[in-house]
Amino acid sequence: MNGRGGRTIKVDTLARVEGEGALYIKMAGDRVADVKLKIYEPPRMFEAFLRGRHFSEAPDITARICGICPIAYQMSAVHAIERALDVKIDPAVRLLRRLFYCGEWIESHALHIYMLHAPDFLGFADVIEMAKDHGALVEKALRLKKIGNRLVQLLGGREIHPISAAVGGFYKTPSKAQLDELVSDLQWALEASLETVRWTSTLQFPNFEQDYEFVALRHPDEYPFNEGRLVSNHGLDIDASEYEDRFLELHVKHSNALHSILRGKGSYLVGPLARFNLNFDRLPEVARKAATDAGLKPPVKNLFKSIVVRAVELVFACNEALRIIAAYEPPGAPRVPVPNRAATGQAITEAPRGILYHRYSLDENGLIRTAKIVPPTSQNQKRIEDDLREYAAQLAAWPLEEATWKCEQAVRCYDPCISCATHFLKVVIERD
Amino acid sequence: MSSKKKASVRPRIGVFKFASCDGCQLSLLDAEDELLGVVGAVEIAYFPEASRNMLKGPYDIGLVEGSITTHHDAERIQEVRRKCKKLITIGACATAGGIQALRNWKDVDEFVRVVYATPQFISTLKLSTPIAEHVPVDFELRGCPINKYQLIELITATLAGRKPNIPSYSVCMECKRKANVCIAVARQIACLGPVTQAGCGALCPSYDRGCYGCFGPMETPNTAALTSQFRIMGQSDHQIARAFRSFNAWAWQFRKASEECERP
Repeated sequence: MNGRGGRTIKVDTLARVEGEGALYIKMAGDRVADVKLKIYEPPRMFEAFLRGRHFSEAPDITARICGICPIAYQMSAVHAIERALDVKIDPAVRLLRRLFYCGEWIESHALHIYMLHAPDFLGFADVIEMAKDHGALVEKALRLKKIGNRLVQLLGGREIHPISAAVGGFYKTPSKAQLDELVSDLQWALEASLETVRWTSTLQFPNFEQDYEFVALRHPDEYPFNEGRLVSNHGLDIDASEYEDRFLELHVKHSNALHSILRGKGSYLVGPLARFNLNFDRLPEVARKAATDAGLKPPVKNLFKSIVVRAVELVFACNEALRIIAAYEPPGAPRVPVPNRAATGQAITEAPRGILYHRYSLDENGLIRTAKIVPPTSQNQKRIEDDLREYAAQLAAWPLEEATWKCEQAVRCYDPCISCATHFLKVVIERD
Repeated sequence: MSSKKKASVRPRIGVFKFASCDGCQLSLLDAEDELLGVVGAVEIAYFPEASRNMLKGPYDIGLVEGSITTHHDAERIQEVRRKCKKLITIGACATAGGIQALRNWKDVDEFVRVVYATPQFISTLKLSTPIAEHVPVDFELRGCPINKYQLIELITATLAGRKPNIPSYSVCMECKRKANVCIAVARQIACLGPVTQAGCGALCPSYDRGCYGCFGPMETPNTAALTSQFRIMGQSDHQIARAFRSFNAWAWQFRKASEECERP
């Protein structure tokens, strides 16, 4: 089949994404008639059953939204509740939380770059097939990922759904000696990340640039994890408490999905590309240089180059982890006491895939009255569809099978986490 | 193509997802030191989270993550069962209904209204139920999330046709073995360790907090005795009910314990 006449690009099960989704693109000649990114992951309704639970349970419960980025959920939860209750945490705890996030970024980015995304560029169905021809590359990926996981494990007890994060701090904090044991591995990981930047920059990228509104946190002097104002390249500059005034979850009829949009504007992009473009000057010298040498200069507007940007963020995360460990002095106490009080608080943190918004209203006993959670993938979802509208038109003359694979790849550039997005999306399977 | 045919003499594994967070199947990819060994010994025939190759069944082992929460999934699990010689459920969602089983005590329509703007379009079952309530299950691997070493042991044992070495005693045994001072006795911290199955390595007590039961009930849990002990420690019935009602809330022993706390 060629680009003549109507055709449908269909991927019934999107592979190498976290969770279950499907993609439908309807073409009318060279024109794209309709794009649907369908999420058929069943709803789990976290916001409903959080009601009546104590705030101290929020980090453990919300972690279960996503097995890939549980730390992001724990960090947005503890920061939102601490903001509600006006809790001042120990500066050492603040740094440990950044370190915790470094671990998640390292394992998540290594997983995505090498095991989920690289097979697209090298022409394999999966990392297992890829390992046969690129054994050394896969071994490097696994070691990198393992180092991220070790960091998470040390601070949190285990890689998936760690158990140590608490409102007010941690249940237990590591000794200096325990952290020092990670230094040689992290030094290796930093070198491996620099190699990853160089390697990813040699891949072939489709020429696909869009005029995105990039949205990310921005901190006065750090590359963002847990703090900062929410900014964009089109003038947005707000506190987390203003998030719901500026962003709207829109019910789109064709897919019955809640899409997050900027009020009065439309889709926007969160994640590595947005962070990098808005915070290039906050990256450490080693990451900036790696990016520049790889030919990246903000603003990077080619979605497909996300893989290189993710590699630059790997460099940052390894470097940041080493910096924090070198300066580490254990906090006086693992956590500060947090009294029950009626209050409302919001927080935004930077999950590997982009900003994650939490809001909690608590009653006088510290029980959750209402909760709202907006994960990165539901924020990117409309942008993914907008991209596919443009991209599928470019591929109109391509054979259907190749065009389908290319569109699938475009979706994977977002590293979408459908398990996360689902709890907020309407899910319908359309059958002809 | 010929290499694929040759490869198919290896036992074939399929990984299937229902309502869940993806964490348990990620455990397979998180087994960084074992992964290449595992994929050398078996053929990963169906694992959409990791591969575009989605090969048709039958499968020698089906790993099932997630609980049943929709009509469609209730039908799909029957189809998955038919295609798998051995069906193994992995994690608290698949073995006990997961955290989403908290809906089972509530009006699910109200839950839907809380989360979704247009509730009439949501099709969901009133209950979140474990896989074994729908089809016969050959082994249930516990944990929220599962322990990746237990998963490797389970796959190895299943392929060898032997019983997996996965103990059903309590977290207390692991705590003793680690020489942890008992946080419940020494520090009066409410801990579900005595009624919870081992498998995590007594993580929470090792991090100075009480076990919250993510591996579900141990073989013969005395939840009534633990409830009395919690009351002596000053816990309210509401707190105790909440403690039993988390990631394994619908496991019958925990369910009974939480419901007993709610009786007037």
